[in-house]
Amino acid sequence: MRAMKITRKDVEYVAALAHLELAPQEIERMQQQLDSILTYMDKLNELDTAKVEPMAQALAESRPEAVWREDATRAGLERPAALAAAPEAKEPFVKVPKVIEK
Amino acid sequence: MELTKLTIAGLQEQLRAGSVTARQVAEAHFERIRQRDPEVHAYLTLSPERAFAQAEAVDRRVKAKELVPPLAGVPVAVKDVIVTRGTPTTAGSRILENYRPPYDATAVERLEQAGALILGKTNCDEFAMGSSTENSGYFPTRNPHDLERVPGGSSGGSAAAVADNLAVAALGSDTGGSIRQPAGFCGVVGLMGTYGRVSRYGLIAFASSLDHIGPFARTVRDAAAVLQAIAGRDPRDSTSADVPVPDYRAVLEKPVKGLKLGVPKEYFGAGLDAEVRTKVEKGIARFRELGCEVREVSLPHTDYAIATYYIIATAEASSNLARYDGVRYGRRAPGAETLEAMYQKTRGGGFGAEVKRRIMLGTYALSSGYYEAYYLKAQKVRTLLTQDFVKAFEQVDALVTPTSPTCAFKLGEKTADPLAMYLADIYTVTGDLAGVPGISIPCGKTKAGLPVGLQLFTHHFDEARLLQLAHAFEMSGGFTL
Repeated sequence: MRAMKITRKDVEYVAALAHLELAPQEIERMQQQLDSILTYMDKLNELDTAKVEPMAQALAESRPEAVWREDATRAGLERPAALAAAPEAKEPFVKVPKVIEK
Repeated sequence: MELTKLTIAGLQEQLRAGSVTARQVAEAHFERIRQRDPEVHAYLTLSPERAFAQAEAVDRRVKAKELVPPLAGVPVAVKDVIVTRGTPTTAGSRILENYRPPYDATAVERLEQAGALILGKTNCDEFAMGSSTENSGYFPTRNPHDLERVPGGSSGGSAAAVADNLAVAALGSDTGGSIRQPAGFCGVVGLMGTYGRVSRYGLIAFASSLDHIGPFARTVRDAAAVLQAIAGRDPRDSTSADVPVPDYRAVLEKPVKGLKLGVPKEYFGAGLDAEVRTKVEKGIARFRELGCEVREVSLPHTDYAIATYYIIATAEASSNLARYDGVRYGRRAPGAETLEAMYQKTRGGGFGAEVKRRIMLGTYALSSGYYEAYYLKAQKVRTLLTQDFVKAFEQVDALVTPTSPTCAFKLGEKTADPLAMYLADIYTVTGDLAGVPGISIPCGKTKAGLPVGLQLFTHHFDEARLLQLAHAFEMSGGFTL
């Protein structure tokens, strides 16, 4: 059997980076599925891309001059509207569990 | 006269003649939704107050003999990844349950300025991640042609709504095929403009370099009318292009004789269903009869598109979805003692399986030590895939392909195997990666009665030619459902 491309420890590490709590059975399934997807993605290595420029987005390709806008300020949302959707808020702040230990 | 079967032009004519009111049109649609949607499940939320207020305004203008805007009284459904002020917008996710956005997407604002009635928000795969609408955090949508089958995805609700006369037109979003694939599965027209043609302001971001908003309709002419209303530069989206928007309806009737069509051989290889192939080949023969020059072309990197797409799209998604952390909007998991635990519980419990899988994949592809092997590599292959299109368009005016390798599959058929689901997008992702416009139009039905979609691509910002070819095909007869 070939070695998995991604270990259980990798899955736990990436889940921590992504701030995702995963149940133990989810971690196992995730490892299997990511392994099979990453194995499929290996096919990109068939291509020699040493001399190819990376492409970040299509607009630069089709309209290179159309990418930039004026650096001008404009009004954003009013604070009450911005806070209205927060799960917990107390003007002018959103509330979160404590960040700093005592 | 069945008010739910009208085209935009037909509806406008009746409105102007005074034989029907916008209010009656809205009522007829909500009545049909009441009858049919318990089976189809196209809508997540209805917005009758909004629709009737707009209908009233339209009727006042008609009565006063004022200038009636181009989409006056046209009932439109909006995919739930597109924000609507005050109307719940969930992106098909439990993490945004009960979220009421404080603003409208530019596309929605422009539709309403053009007189359209927003009937409600349609179901979709969570955050537009999926190809069947089974990844909705609420319920799956069903294909109106066969309720045991999926409508495609991720804009499955919008496609099903238009196919089943639950709206005259709809907005969807396309990141890897999410407009064209469900349009093909449901037998309607689905149009994705060039990247930057339609403002993304107010489109809940999945993969920003690939996301597009575009229309569904039952005819090419109607799709053109909706694109006309929503296209064009928007200062609120810096990637919306400052490129003039031509009068699309004026080009529809232009003859297609002498236009050069390329058939990319890579889109007719292994994996293409035999019946779909036969139908699409008949469609290509029709273009020949219409006087188009058809020749084989090659897009040699096509086979690498799915791998490239699922690296780039998930990398961008992992970054875009970082904002759902229970702080500014959406759901917050109760009972966490620290901020870190609150993030983890909120996201772990609020996202569905496919979204978590993609966040994990994208985070992995961007993480230290893997960035070059995956993300940078995929960006380079994206260049090669785009060059394939640019080179092809040096020889031909448009490309013609199947929209998908199969017809609508059964619910549950692909849910256990994520990779099999990803391969449903094999002919559509290329267009998103290259940023070229694409359309799916009905190309007949299989013996089992399932719609087949035919896809056309043109060069960047050449939506006019795309619509012209699609319209000529539709008008030639025999392929619409």
